Amino acid sequence: MSSDLDVFVGNTTLIDEEVYRLWLDGHSVAEAVARRLRGGVLEREGTSVAVLQSDTRDHYRTFQMLERLLHAPPRLLQQLLFQIPPERQALLVQRYYAFDEALARELLGKKLSKGTKKELDEVSARTGVGIRSCRRQFDNFKRVFKAVEELRGPLAENIQQLFLLPPALARDYAAIVFFANSRFETGKRRLQFLSFGDFAACAQSMMAHWSQGALAPEAAEPDGDLPKSFLQDLKELKVLVSDKDLLDQHKRDTSGMGVPVLGGPGFGGSLGGGVPALSRALVNVGGKLTHARDVRDFFVDLVEKVIEPCRSDKWSPGDLRLFLTHYTAAPRNLPGFRHQALWERYMAAISACLLRMYHD
Amino acid sequence: MPGKLKVKIVAGRHLPVMDRASDLTDAFVEVKFGNTTFKTDVYPKSLNPQWNSEWFKFEVDDEELQDEPLQITVLDHDTYSANDAIGKVYIDIDPLLYSEAATVISGWFPIYDTIHGIRGEINVVVKVDLFNDLNRFRQSSCGVKFFCTTSIPKCYRAVVIHGFVEELVVNEDPEYQWIDRIRTPRASNEARQRLISLMSGELQRKIGLKVLEMRGNAVVGYLQCFDLEGESGLVVRAIGTACTLDKLSNTSAFLPACNSPSKEMKEIPFNEDPNPNTYSSGPSTPLKNQTYSFSPSKSYSRQSSSSDTDLSLTPKTGMGSGSAGKEGGPFKTLLRQQTQSALEQREFPFFTLTTFPPGFLLHVGGVVSARSVKLLDRIHNPDEPETRDAWWAEIRQEIKSHAKALGCHAVVGYSESTSICEEVCILSASGTAAVLNPRFLQDGTMEGCLEQRIEEASPPGCGFCHIPYDELNMPFPAHLTYCYNCRKQKVPDVLFTTIDLPVEAIVVGKGCLIQARLCRLKKKAQAEANATSISNLLPFMEYEVHTQLMNKLKLRGMNALFGLRIQITVGENMLMGLASATGVYLAALPTPGGIQIAGKTPNDGTYEQHISHMQKKINDTIAKNKELYEINPPELPEEIIGSPIPEPRQRSRLLRSQSESSDEVTELDLSHGKKDAFVLEIDDTDAMEDVHSLLTDVPPPSGFYSCNTEIMPGINNWTPEIQMFTAVRVSRLSNINPTNQTLNKNFNDLCENLLKSLYFKLRSMVPCCLCHVNFTVALPEDELVQIAVTAVAITYDKNQALQANKAPTEKSQQRASTDNEEQLQFPLELSSDPLSSQPFSPAKEALEGASSHTGIPAAQRDRCNSWIELIKLKAQTIRRGSIKTTTSLEKASPLAEGYLRHRSVPSGTNSTVSVVKMTPLSFLPGAKITKYLGIINMFFIRETTSLREEGGVSGFLHAFIAEVFAMVRAHVAALGGNAVVSYIMKQCVFMENPNKNQAQCLINVSGDAVIFVRESELEVLPAPPPAAAAQPAGSAGDVTT
Repeated sequence: MSSDLDVFVGNTTLIDEEVYRLWLDGHSVAEAVARRLRGGVLEREGTSVAVLQSDTRDHYRTFQMLERLLHAPPRLLQQLLFQIPPERQALLVQRYYAFDEALARELLGKKLSKGTKKELDEVSARTGVGIRSCRRQFDNFKRVFKAVEELRGPLAENIQQLFLLPPALARDYAAIVFFANSRFETGKRRLQFLSFGDFAACAQSMMAHWSQGALAPEAAEPDGDLPKSFLQDLKELKVLVSDKDLLDQHKRDTSGMGVPVLGGPGFGGSLGGGVPALSRALVNVGGKLTHARDVRDFFVDLVEKVIEPCRSDKWSPGDLRLFLTHYTAAPRNLPGFRHQALWERYMAAISACLLRMYHD
Repeated sequence: MPGKLKVKIVAGRHLPVMDRASDLTDAFVEVKFGNTTFKTDVYPKSLNPQWNSEWFKFEVDDEELQDEPLQITVLDHDTYSANDAIGKVYIDIDPLLYSEAATVISGWFPIYDTIHGIRGEINVVVKVDLFNDLNRFRQSSCGVKFFCTTSIPKCYRAVVIHGFVEELVVNEDPEYQWIDRIRTPRASNEARQRLISLMSGELQRKIGLKVLEMRGNAVVGYLQCFDLEGESGLVVRAIGTACTLDKLSNTSAFLPACNSPSKEMKEIPFNEDPNPNTYSSGPSTPLKNQTYSFSPSKSYSRQSSSSDTDLSLTPKTGMGSGSAGKEGGPFKTLLRQQTQSALEQREFPFFTLTTFPPGFLLHVGGVVSARSVKLLDRIHNPDEPETRDAWWAEIRQEIKSHAKALGCHAVVGYSESTSICEEVCILSASGTAAVLNPRFLQDGTMEGCLEQRIEEASPPGCGFCHIPYDELNMPFPAHLTYCYNCRKQKVPDVLFTTIDLPVEAIVVGKGCLIQARLCRLKKKAQAEANATSISNLLPFMEYEVHTQLMNKLKLRGMNALFGLRIQITVGENMLMGLASATGVYLAALPTPGGIQIAGKTPNDGTYEQHISHMQKKINDTIAKNKELYEINPPELPEEIIGSPIPEPRQRSRLLRSQSESSDEVTELDLSHGKKDAFVLEIDDTDAMEDVHSLLTDVPPPSGFYSCNTEIMPGINNWTPEIQMFTAVRVSRLSNINPTNQTLNKNFNDLCENLLKSLYFKLRSMVPCCLCHVNFTVALPEDELVQIAVTAVAITYDKNQALQANKAPTEKSQQRASTDNEEQLQFPLELSSDPLSSQPFSPAKEALEGASSHTGIPAAQRDRCNSWIELIKLKAQTIRRGSIKTTTSLEKASPLAEGYLRHRSVPSGTNSTVSVVKMTPLSFLPGAKITKYLGIINMFFIRETTSLREEGGVSGFLHAFIAEVFAMVRAHVAALGGNAVVSYIMKQCVFMENPNKNQAQCLINVSGDAVIFVRESELEVLPAPPPAAAAQPAGSAGDVTT
């Protein structure tokens, strides 16, 4: 006696968290049943495999019907088809949009295109995340990206409103969108030591300090793009390295702050050019940002030109912090330097990024 | 009373994309009532149109108002081709026609299409202005209230219970009209939906007229069903109980929650509120509401009513009041005469109620039922109702005569049903024969009842068990004993009824769901041969169903069945019987004997061994069940220790023995010691199978109880957490050569597995009870069996049970004693029973709320307010950092506009969906129903031609049932309600054709829309405004967009 049709519909939609997780992970009904069996439900509840199968199928059907709504979470709140208590709705959305950091790390800075989606097989193999789950997460990234791409105002806030995500998750999505938008290179070998969290933190600092929204909430440009005028202005900072006087002065001021390490033997020695080299690197990174191609290399440059030299010089994170603080503050005393505000805005994000990235 | 119907179309949302090119829709709305149609403007290029139309006004007479549904069609405007329909909304405006029900219907309704399901939502406001008109010859019955609830609705008092009303209307089924060959499935489905809606309206109006004629003002226990007869037509029929109800004005007064609906009635001070609807002042009128044209020349319809009713009753009813109580006897006769006179005026003294006001039900005789097999293709004049009327009249006559045979004048818990397969139709009716107190049945008898009080000699807890028939002239052989409660009157050894357990009944332990399941093969045959073979099988099925019930009852150590419902379904090549009931141990009835197995061949040693082994197993099961259901009859000495107030019990016993004559006492003892065993004879393998199947019924997992009645005997401390659900299964009987045994086993497994899977699904609600478990069996095709179950799971508080015991018992005792003063000598007995029904204490709720760690989070379990609050909270978190209101993104055009923050779209508090609870019960635990808003009676058809794409049959039906729930909730919310009580899925007809990738399903549901208030809130808010909270996603949200 086989059951052709078998459904259970509650007035309040039943959501089994365990089954939801299995569904999100992309398991088929059969796999899900097998996993639940291994979880020992049978023994606990004294039920049969057939019951478990029927239950799993019911939940899967519900989730499939819910998925359409999960693509636009505010609709989940408004729809009449499923009566789900708000905290359960929140859970559904949160879990649906939660992602594997390993996967997100792989995709950071990549174009969220069909081509990338085709490469997910490899990504899945590398990260150990199921391919179906990879696709779903990729689609989530893409959906969020598309939704906020054109919107003005703080990225994270927009995402939070459109997808009803918790603030932390919305900020992570903002980072993903930011990276996808600027297409930063993150895949290079020398960047491998950086985690998704590092990049997300960098993106947040960059958006916080550099984007238009940071200055004027009613900004005209979307937050995901770095404002053109700002990037243009950054060229002006080159004066700090091109003008010999200013460079020297800057160096002197920085070292003159009485920072022991900067005056120490390592400093200037193994850095090969010392503060001037570091300074040139820091300023040049900013100057290059007007060209899309150079923007991509932003993190590569930071690692190659700043972090690696410092590391080989055995600076502690504390040393770096000290240096950056003084280095940022120094131009204040430079005569004829008119870009103090710009400099500080620029350095605020750079410092935050460097400090976050400065680890093994 | 002509009236003016006013409709305003406010807005739409989430419409489907109708124009692939632009990914948008140019929507407009047609509003149709009767023959008048209005249209809104086209709202171009939007999936969230804001029509904000003018008020469309329809001037119509009230007959039309009652019959016609308001029909709203959403269309996509197309310049070059025909406009495409997006979907429809049918709104029954009946609730607006009673003075006390809803005043406005306003809210978001799902736009429904029979092919695509729900496609977006539409916000509509509907109002009715009625003009008074005192036309005496009116055809309408506006103002008569309808309730599906089978008890006196909570905020009303029954002044008079008039009795049975029925009506039946017939029409041609649009699906079978010639035009169906050329029209689209959508058009055909819509024609059907509209027709049924119209017929329901007409039916309700006609019944209303009968009620007015009887001087009633309401119909309670209204049950409407439709029969798809196929070629011969579409029948919509309804039965109900006409009443004169009086609204209790101080409904907001806080009352301790009583899990029993009718008990509450009693406590509320009877406020003779001069309600305009009270018709009670008039003199009693003879009722002649039914005029049947019996056409005696029924030779064309082969008919055989199974007259085995007595048989099916045989062992379960006891009798004989005649000699019983010495004082009681003469009074009883007097009483009976009075009742008789009140009831004899009625053609059918039937009541569809299952729960009654205290004192209404005097004695219960037993179940009466009648069935009859008819051939639909022999109906002389299929378009007229006469033939069907005559069929039903015949069956009702039979029921009436059965009741008479049991010494009863009335039938309560009465219901009717049909099962149709091709041209054969089985009509069934069943009920419980009873003797009623006449004081509710006549107008102006309230004074008379004072005198009668003296005669109501039967104690409240056991009176209904006392036999109504003459002991010396018993209608069937039965074993009688003196009542174990009052020791004065005779009671039967077993009692079967179709009603709910009376509130005052004294029950030992808990109850449980008992089912008898049976399949019988039948040869495929045509017409009369078919009908003959079916009618020949019916008595055997009834007998076997009865035997099974009896065995299972004994196996659980119980002695009474309530809510018995026997469903016989006819298919092409088999008959299926499914009986469900709730077994209990009534303290008034004797302890059931065990089951003894007797073999036919006593010489065979191994056989003997086998039998003794079986016997042991059975005995073990009985013992286990007794423990599981806590059946410890108070007669056992150890029970006295366990009971909270042992001492008074002894005293009461003393008291009793004083008042009794000595021979009665000896006789008592005799019957006490004699535990007659039920003997099962095993004479062949069949019987062996039967015994085996007896033992295969698995008890529910721990923490679960189940029953098919309103309340679970023995559990009183319900929490407000409820979960109503519908489960449907269709199974294929794969046997090539099926035998009755294999079929029985398959069917049994199917039911058991279904129950098992329900327990598993609801495991997070433990400890909980499945109440009102309602199984419906259908045989849609040759080898397919379809089972649909609707029930509600209610969590109860395990720990509170014991503590709640003491205080409330006193209360219930008081309640009982104020009712019948002369019972004062027995109150101790009442309180000594720890398991008699008690109200649960409101304090418990707080306690329970604090420690809510059941799987489902606390907030879910109650009030819609908390839901809304949560959403508010959420909205606030979202808003943080931005001063502007929250927005919701409708994927479409707004994106391009940018400035997300400047748009304030509904998504804040006012656009959250209000919670609507649904329950098949007439009450909500821990809540008080403050207003009945009207009946919900909806019929939907869903069809698909892309079955695979919609997830196969399961995906299709899952979505459809969810849609039906959603539409019911939306209608209730639009009426301003927050719950549906007495919800029932009356029909679920599913047909599939996998080869063509098609399926079709029809669902008919009904219930009462209500407003409820949590008892905990009642204390705080004397005038609760839940209606406001329940007002759906309002118009406020739209305006801002």
